[in-house]
Amino acid sequence: VRRRFVLVLGGTSDIGRAVAHAFAARGWGVQLAGRDLGLVTREADDVAARHRVPVSALPFDVLDFDGAAGFAQGVDPLPDVVVSVVGLMGADDPADVAAVRVVVDTNFTGPAIVLAAFAERFRARGSGTLVGVSSVAGDRGRAKTMTYGAAKAGFTAFLSALRQRLQGTGVDVLTVKPGFVRTRMTEGMDLPALLVARPRTIADAILRAVERGRPVTVTPAIWRPLMAVVRAIPEPLFRRMRF
Amino acid sequence: MMLSGWGRSPAIDCRVITPRTPDEVVAAVRATPCLIARGAGRAYGDAALNPEATLSTLRLDHVRSFDVETGLLDAEAGLRLADVIDLVLPHGWFPAVVPGTAEPTIGGMVAADVHGKNHHVDGAFGDHVDEIRLVDADGSVVRCAPGDRPDLFDATLGGMGLTGVVLSARMRLRRVETAFIDAATHRRSDLDGLLSALEGSSPARYSVAWIDTLARGAAFGRGVVFAGDHAPVDALPRSRRSRPLERPWRPRLSVPFDLPAAGLHRRVMAAFNAIYHAAPRAARRIVDVDRFFFPLDAVRGWNRLYGPKGFRQFQCVLPEDDGGRGLARILDVVSTSGTGSFLAVLKSLGAGRRPLSFPIAGHTLALDMPAGAATDTTYRRLCDITFEHGGRIYLAKDALADPGHVGAGYPGVAGFRAARRSDGSAGRFESALSRRLGL
Repeated sequence: VRRRFVLVLGGTSDIGRAVAHAFAARGWGVQLAGRDLGLVTREADDVAARHRVPVSALPFDVLDFDGAAGFAQGVDPLPDVVVSVVGLMGADDPADVAAVRVVVDTNFTGPAIVLAAFAERFRARGSGTLVGVSSVAGDRGRAKTMTYGAAKAGFTAFLSALRQRLQGTGVDVLTVKPGFVRTRMTEGMDLPALLVARPRTIADAILRAVERGRPVTVTPAIWRPLMAVVRAIPEPLFRRMRF
Repeated sequence: MMLSGWGRSPAIDCRVITPRTPDEVVAAVRATPCLIARGAGRAYGDAALNPEATLSTLRLDHVRSFDVETGLLDAEAGLRLADVIDLVLPHGWFPAVVPGTAEPTIGGMVAADVHGKNHHVDGAFGDHVDEIRLVDADGSVVRCAPGDRPDLFDATLGGMGLTGVVLSARMRLRRVETAFIDAATHRRSDLDGLLSALEGSSPARYSVAWIDTLARGAAFGRGVVFAGDHAPVDALPRSRRSRPLERPWRPRLSVPFDLPAAGLHRRVMAAFNAIYHAAPRAARRIVDVDRFFFPLDAVRGWNRLYGPKGFRQFQCVLPEDDGGRGLARILDVVSTSGTGSFLAVLKSLGAGRRPLSFPIAGHTLALDMPAGAATDTTYRRLCDITFEHGGRIYLAKDALADPGHVGAGYPGVAGFRAARRSDGSAGRFESALSRRLGL
């Protein structure tokens, strides 16, 4: 059986690390991509030592839009699955143009451009799965995470559109929307402990989504009814809420 | 954040730093005037506590390399022994030295230069380490090995984190055929019998004894010797031979809240009596590595069994030429004080040579005591006896000894102090323990 490969964009993040280990534990080869090659290599060595699968470390900057096509062309072997776990909560000050831009670029523009570049190569091959890790924060804008939620909403919409476009080409696009996860992003935030998942839980959900070709995954599952309620709250009430 | 050692006393409010990468450790050391590294918090006393800054290594849990052909494992300081075993055992390797729990981190095992049931044969943890990387007082990453800066290497093994923050260590593993131990138990009804059974079991790679410290008169020092070695495949029951490296699943209980200490003592004693009386004079069985090496790990948070005040663990080693006299005095104090534990663990140690590393040739005795004023008096009395007989106490267990005790027990401590002053690590890497003992 030919070995399958997964490329993880954002391979030094907590969820990226968990995704790499989850796939490697099933015998997948792993390509880890991230901005700091030293840190990516540290993760790659760890995955290789624990799972004895082929692992490579690739330099990749999600904010380098112009380099995205070249990066996608250069990845060898062309992976079976690309998972983007890139994300940034950032400072949430709409008056700070640079802060807004980096949050939008990191959560939406950059991942969209690079996934679109892999979509071209996958379409040419006639197979492949693109996984975009978005967030339940994109389901409805909230005061606390304005720019982040807006960028994730954009990314969720982009993934839905890309899925339609690639219908019939052999290429799958999967949207994964985690709730709160215990990562560097949420470190120090005051969150309800019972609702904070481990990165491992998200990684397992991603692996299952890939195996089953499930287009939209909300993880952990509790967030599906929770967000249904949040979306259903009438606007006159929602605008007064603070959560 | 309130932190304590495994004995839960003392508890100190410490500022905790949790770097996620080796570079962040370097940055933290450069930005912090005085700190101590902390791993799993399994040192019993105050060794990994510094109110100004305590640097948790638990996020430094990456494996750097693992060669399944040669059995060389290089891993970061925060990786736990349990994770090491999960990784290497399926490939037919086992750590060359393991302490009585699989919870500690690699950094913690380096810092305490831990010993196992095989010290008399294989030496301490550090005897199987061939390279250590640490961040020194200047905030530089330095390497040391037996042939490269050997003084720093020797001072770091057993150095209680006082030479710098250990980033990673590379160790040689032991080849094993199975995940099982061919174990023997020998019951002995008095101290002389127990000591000679322990000596008699010394050809075995692993050996340790439990002593009933309550027994008086003719039964004084009665106990059970456990010995064993890694079982070959053909020693396993037929059903396990096709997958010899697979460990049987075992349930893990946890202790959700503090219990009154008296309950524990009754339970431990009941367990001991059950073993003691059920065991024939000698018995052999095949037992998995977890049960043999880490029996207490099956109960997560067992330290809570001692109640909110916690407990003290006293561990000393008495030199070989003392001929068991100090040992008998200590057991006598424990059995008459009424504050000591009912069980003590006894083991023969081989020679050691690193300045602050605990093991020296002789007998080591470890016992738990519920914390309290009477216990502290007993503990100090036991320290005094240890030093009167030329022995030393184990710093990884200690929370109460005074500087005089250590100076007498560890002849290398003066050189250790001098080296710390000259390389700038004195004042930079300090713990409640190092300050109390003036290390």
